[in-house]
Amino acid sequence: MAKIVVVTSGKGGVGKTTTSAAFASGLALRGYRTVVIDFDVGLRNLDLIMGCERRVVYDLVNVIQGEAKLQQALIRDKRCESLYVLPTSQTRDKDALTTEGVTAIMDELRKEFDYIVCDSPAGIESGALMALYHADEAIVVTNPEVSSVRDSDRILGILAARSRRAEQGEEPVKEHLLLTRYSPKRVEGGEMLSLEDVKELLHTPLLGVIPESEVILQASNQGIPAVHMDHSDVAEAYKDMVARFLGEERPLRFVQPVKVGFFKRLFGG
Amino acid sequence: MSLLDYFLGSRKKSAHVAKDRLKLILAHERSDGGPDFLPALQEELLAVIGKYIPVDKENIKVTMERRGDFEVLELNVLFPDQR
Repeated sequence: MAKIVVVTSGKGGVGKTTTSAAFASGLALRGYRTVVIDFDVGLRNLDLIMGCERRVVYDLVNVIQGEAKLQQALIRDKRCESLYVLPTSQTRDKDALTTEGVTAIMDELRKEFDYIVCDSPAGIESGALMALYHADEAIVVTNPEVSSVRDSDRILGILAARSRRAEQGEEPVKEHLLLTRYSPKRVEGGEMLSLEDVKELLHTPLLGVIPESEVILQASNQGIPAVHMDHSDVAEAYKDMVARFLGEERPLRFVQPVKVGFFKRLFGG
Repeated sequence: MSLLDYFLGSRKKSAHVAKDRLKLILAHERSDGGPDFLPALQEELLAVIGKYIPVDKENIKVTMERRGDFEVLELNVLFPDQR
């Protein structure tokens, strides 16, 4: 049975698309048939992060409006066999996504895939609601920063009230917290909320912590999902997070400040 | 933070301030603020009750609060003294 997972946050710029790309790629690396869908109509970006922007022919809205078949719009990832990308449209028509249209696409994808990852737009308007509506599980991406934490709290409330599962009185959406742009050094210095603080404020189980890293920009520059940036902290942190999502136990890594030795401090390196 | 502050320990760490502020605002937004429909609900209840008993707008209060796993909708109506 396919599982639908929404990657959401309320606030923009916290790492939803980066996480969607890395998480979907991580699931595919583990052998699952995975599709990742961009729900940010008008502001297409997942294609760039996945590095398939030049292969977009048809998009989500084309499929909903019957101008293309779903198979024509799905782009096969060049790194993972079992991963497909469904790009969004660049149209400025806000109502291009319809509930019926999205439901029909989900029903069709459910037959072909193990995991359907929905990359939500920022905000709490129709695009974001559409992205979370069908979710079985939700990954709430949060930065250790006041406005992001507050917006995540809002989104958690919306997940509990406006999802299909909530409306139909089914078991609620399973919520996970993913802390991104975490800087252990600043946490130690008392100038950044700690993971314990955020966990306590949001009452949501922690799926992982992605450290602040320059590798994220290098990855997006090249259109490579962060999980493929071999030997980097972020790739390892994303792989851990995928493993935990699949039910494996993994200790948290990259949450302690790196100790710089005396000689390294002296000579650099 | 200057070295002097460090030794005097005078200034509160900013992460601590952030946590305290968030604790307050999240608690407020989860309960006191209540859902968007409360004012409308209050208006309509006032109209219905007012059909049978004259009540002042100030004497009717609708609140919603969370108690553990439950949400409690509380309706308080103060009837005028009829004697």
